[in-house]
Amino acid sequence: MSPELLIKNAHIIDPGQSIDITGNILVSQGKIKSVGKDIKETGIPTIDASGLVACPGFVDLHCHLRDPGFEAKETIASGTAAAAHGGFTTICCMPNTNPPLDNLAAIDYVNGTAARKGAVRVLPVGCITKGRAGKEITEMKELSNGGCVGFSDDGSSVSNSRIMSLAMEYAASLNTPIIDHCEDTELSRDGQINDGWVAARLGLKGIPAAAEESIIARDIALARMTGARLHITHVSTAGSVELIRNAKKDGISISADVTPHHLTLTDEAVLRDSVKNGISFAYDTSAKVNPPLRSQVDIEALIHALNDGTIDAIATDHAPHSAEDKLCEFDAAAFGISGFETAFGVLMTLVNTGKIKLTTLLACLTHKPAGIIGGKCAATGILKPSSSADIVLLDLNKIWRVNTHNFYSKGKNTPFNGVDLKGSVAATIFQGIFAFRDNTLEVTG
Amino acid sequence: MNDQKLSISGQEALPPLSIESWQHRHVLDLDDFTRDEINLVFEIAEAMSEVIARDVKKVPTLRGKTIATMFFEPSTRTRSSFELAAKYLSADTVSLDSVKSSVAKGESLIDSLRTLQALGVDTIVMRHPCSGAPYIAAQNLETSIINAGDGCHAHPSQSLLDMYTLRRHLGDLNDIKVVIVGDITHSRVARSNIWGTKALGIKLTICAPPTLLPHGLQAMLNKCGLDHVTVEHDLDVAIRDADAVMSLRLQKERQQSGLVSSIREYIHLYQLTTQRLALARPGAIVMHPGPMNEGIEISREVAYSSQSLIEEQVTNGVAIRMALLYLITGGKIR
Repeated sequence: MSPELLIKNAHIIDPGQSIDITGNILVSQGKIKSVGKDIKETGIPTIDASGLVACPGFVDLHCHLRDPGFEAKETIASGTAAAAHGGFTTICCMPNTNPPLDNLAAIDYVNGTAARKGAVRVLPVGCITKGRAGKEITEMKELSNGGCVGFSDDGSSVSNSRIMSLAMEYAASLNTPIIDHCEDTELSRDGQINDGWVAARLGLKGIPAAAEESIIARDIALARMTGARLHITHVSTAGSVELIRNAKKDGISISADVTPHHLTLTDEAVLRDSVKNGISFAYDTSAKVNPPLRSQVDIEALIHALNDGTIDAIATDHAPHSAEDKLCEFDAAAFGISGFETAFGVLMTLVNTGKIKLTTLLACLTHKPAGIIGGKCAATGILKPSSSADIVLLDLNKIWRVNTHNFYSKGKNTPFNGVDLKGSVAATIFQGIFAFRDNTLEVTG
Repeated sequence: MNDQKLSISGQEALPPLSIESWQHRHVLDLDDFTRDEINLVFEIAEAMSEVIARDVKKVPTLRGKTIATMFFEPSTRTRSSFELAAKYLSADTVSLDSVKSSVAKGESLIDSLRTLQALGVDTIVMRHPCSGAPYIAAQNLETSIINAGDGCHAHPSQSLLDMYTLRRHLGDLNDIKVVIVGDITHSRVARSNIWGTKALGIKLTICAPPTLLPHGLQAMLNKCGLDHVTVEHDLDVAIRDADAVMSLRLQKERQQSGLVSSIREYIHLYQLTTQRLALARPGAIVMHPGPMNEGIEISREVAYSSQSLIEEQVTNGVAIRMALLYLITGGKIR
């Protein structure tokens, strides 16, 4: 490990400190030493970052590393390499593994494996209930002491309101957020895609917006009752945005994230006109995801919510799957999109079309998600002296075509394959060393 | 298409329309069929109907061709209809019973179909409980696929035989009014008929309780320019001036899952009765894709009335499927 590194002539954007300058970043012993215009060091490894943006490494509140249990889909090693490729230096992994992360031994496994094989920082999220079964809450204090930064039964909602309220009381005492996957499974039962015109057209069972909104409404009421920190993850509907906006006005301790795909794709992605063997194919399983891709009205509401701060963060919900999980009947195909490696390029389409500002985007990928995690994440998402040297270098002008063959992730399941994007990750530095570096970027000295 | 003629015995049987206009390698749904293409199917089906009416129902048209029926869902009618159609055309048939393997086996669908392809089958007739399954098949195979029903999505041969039956009785179908009443949400017949009626200029009224209509239906009609379709919850209103009424099967599970309050109320509101039929045009045609729940969606009296063409639909189904097999498997050039 190189003890020192100088990044010079970068356009430094650190939304957490309102820094937006052209200057240099000096890294020493894995930490930020200084950020400024007048740093002059010679004889140490140096990157000329002219034309590149340097900002804090991205923080992802929601991803699936599939390890332990589903190593054919992803491992901690492959998943963190993919995260680094996408600019992420801190990622929170969801507990729907096998065994699930509902006990200290499983958390220790993730922490230990990540320390040995991980390319970036992995922060585990523990289960709300044992076995994610929604019946008994986990030993949250022990899990929290073991390093869990939040609790979630992601993939399922806790349908029993009493159990959920108990979990929220417990989590409140630990000052640890509940990362809430909101889905009324009676309303969404057998659902495949958004309950809109595409579902009617294709004869697929729909998942109505109310399946998400009704549980958000319930959990806002429970947060009011318990004082828990409620974080709504992968918000997908305009109605959800309105509920969260009003809850914030009411002073509820609530935050929210949205994924790149919910910000950019509608349910019509399932109809994507890929013509193969002379027929157009209308059942694209790569666009099957839960919550489902919604409508243009929802997209507009989600973008508006990012701009007015109703939604605090962007999370990938990176959900890798193996080819056979997707190459099958639509009803049988797995839900999920492999999201790390397209996230930044996809999100830049919103900046490039003037829908959101670059600083808003970067804030939602850095200090704002770090703030939601709080304590264990306090020194990340920001370029402050003595904080961990987690830095991403971005080439905003590079146009590239998504090609899943170049993914570090084992999951090639993305509806963005073959799409041209403008804006890419040139390098990811984690604790002062390169976790990913584009081979055109040279280090001298 | 080479210059081979439709070799139905020695009689003059070449359809008047040009077969060169046939562009389909698969029959997956009717959403990509033009009026001319549907009429071509009808012209050929007329010749096939003539074959079926004979004492010796066999022509050598598809001799040496192999047609596989692969049903991942129980079916007797559609399957025997396709198999007889193939046999009347002298094709060899092989039938695979794959009901057990249905969903959740991942790649097994494509694997099984590839095996059939490797065995040298010319055309696969496929039914599957999952919407879209034949599209996956067509994407991953060279062999032609005929969709014999996929989930709630499409059942093109049924829609063709429905309209063929109408045409044989009403002649010109332009601007006639057809009502489809029943469980639209779960009906592939209704969905394919939405496209078939559009192509032929038929006015279609869809009638169901709100719980048996897909939520996105009206949005779909708007988005896809299907302005020939009206949606009506009240059958007594929907049926007025109808030239034909098609009743759909109500599966008993729908009541168990709460989609209808009770069979009793459904009968009261949606059963096709003599009284209701009297609100349609005099002599209006009654159809049903089968299998019927007599006394639930349709009264026995109506089902066996002189206005009912339900049995003729079955016979016409064989002619339509012969026509499709001929067009897909027959004199094509690859």
